[in-house]
Amino acid sequence: MSMSCNRRSRFPMLVTLLTLIFLYAPLIVVGIASFNKSKYGGKWAGFSWIWYEKLFQSERVWEALANTLIIALFATVISTILGTLAALALYRMKSKFKGVYNALVYTPLVVPDILMGISLLLLFVMIIKTFGAWFTSLTGIPFELGMTTIIIAHVTFCMSYVAMVVLGRLQEFDKSLIEAAQDLGASGLYTFFHVTLPVIMPGVIAGALFAFTLSIDDFVITFFVKGAGDTTLPIFIQSSIKHGRDLPMLNALSVIFLILTFILVFITQILLTNKPKEKK
Amino acid sequence: MKLRKLSNFFLGLPSFVWLVVFYAIPIILVLIIAFKPVDSYGGLAEGWTLETIKNLKNPSYPDIIWRTFWQGVVATFVCIVIAVPVSYQLCRLTAKWKNLFLLLIIVPFWTNFLIRIFAWKIFLQSNGIFHRLLEWCGILEPTTNLLYNEWAVLTVMIYTYIPFAVLPIYAVAEKFDFSLLDAAKDLGASSFYAFRSVFLPGISKGIATAVMVVLIPAFGAYLIPSLVGGPTSELLGDKIAQSVFTNRNLPYASALSAMLMLAVFLPMVALYWIKKVQDSKAKHKNE
Repeated sequence: MSMSCNRRSRFPMLVTLLTLIFLYAPLIVVGIASFNKSKYGGKWAGFSWIWYEKLFQSERVWEALANTLIIALFATVISTILGTLAALALYRMKSKFKGVYNALVYTPLVVPDILMGISLLLLFVMIIKTFGAWFTSLTGIPFELGMTTIIIAHVTFCMSYVAMVVLGRLQEFDKSLIEAAQDLGASGLYTFFHVTLPVIMPGVIAGALFAFTLSIDDFVITFFVKGAGDTTLPIFIQSSIKHGRDLPMLNALSVIFLILTFILVFITQILLTNKPKEKK
Repeated sequence: MKLRKLSNFFLGLPSFVWLVVFYAIPIILVLIIAFKPVDSYGGLAEGWTLETIKNLKNPSYPDIIWRTFWQGVVATFVCIVIAVPVSYQLCRLTAKWKNLFLLLIIVPFWTNFLIRIFAWKIFLQSNGIFHRLLEWCGILEPTTNLLYNEWAVLTVMIYTYIPFAVLPIYAVAEKFDFSLLDAAKDLGASSFYAFRSVFLPGISKGIATAVMVVLIPAFGAYLIPSLVGGPTSELLGDKIAQSVFTNRNLPYASALSAMLMLAVFLPMVALYWIKKVQDSKAKHKNE
């Protein structure tokens, strides 16, 4: 490691290593516990795959997983389209209106999720109260909190992340490329599909992966806008922790999640570090 | 040029409408519904009232608000103190090691939030490895519970937000010219002095971003105190969730959320102004 300069302090390296231990110690303990035969954790009772088997046999887990994936899929597709369009608009915009639009796209990134959850719940409650009866009498479909409201909420918080990632990619690439294409007589749409889109594509895919991960990860906002019977994986995990139920199974689930996250982050990193041609 | 403006308008329109309807309007609704009376099912009744706001004078609230505030500030401070040397170290590593360390820091950040909290519950539980290790060292009594108190909440908060602090500081530090540090040392400055008066100002923008992205979610923390905290370590977020799910009083939840919203948006606006003033100062300097 680069410790060549003897005047350089070792302190930052020490902090970094301690931080990594702090970050991974609990995860490693969970990883080990997932192979522990004992139901009550703590003492080691021998190696076993039993909690993984139980996990794969649990119908509630599969149902929660299916819901999680359906929501994540819809939320990813919609938020990727909307977020990419937002990034393109922000990139090209020069008017005074840009400040407002910027705030609208960027503040959701820092608003605590509990605020977003309660505010969306209030909106849905108001809409259902005002139009619910009318809608149901017209179509016969009950109009209540459920998968649709969860998807709407997820699109709302994923969109800003997509916009941020795509905008980052756009700002790295040379604007004169577009102008050159247009000078050569290419139409706006042609330029978009043959110049802009290929350049931002890694950003769009990375944004979509972010959105997907965020959607799968979300508990707080989902908890506020879900209907009575809806479960997603985070909802399942939370209720298991709260009621102290199936805890060894959660160890196994954590390990699977960690491995999947490693793979997803790895792909995203590769996409994002594969930068567009340096501008001169 | 007119065509360009028109196409911009259509590019921005869908996301704009979506964010107005599902983000801006709901946030405003929170402020409005705090003034609505509650009906017997916890929903909203007709008319307007100031009752909810008056009811906020619950004797337990000053404690809760104070705890929410200090825990947020302490968590932010600790995260920054850790993130600065870590970012510095990341920049000093060779590309191969840098990518590995960065990956190791990002992975917990993307791991399911609930799983991270769950991991801490397993880690700190009374018959767990860590507890027994401390007992063995004679630091802990077997009966002491590491969970369900404010320290558990604070630890898990710091754990959760460290990557939030490292990423923006590292992003700025990566662009920092490290030969400046060597120059300062060549001129006789101590390592620490060079670090404090050359490196820290150089990454101040990253630190400001880190403060914002840690402090604001920390103020709204709900899941952490509800899972590793106890009845004496409740935060504002717990109270909001309780009034929605347990007490079923939406206007009351809105009034509490409105308070949280002020706590969130005021520092945001303040930081925005500071940045604006700094930027305009920098511009003057350059001219």
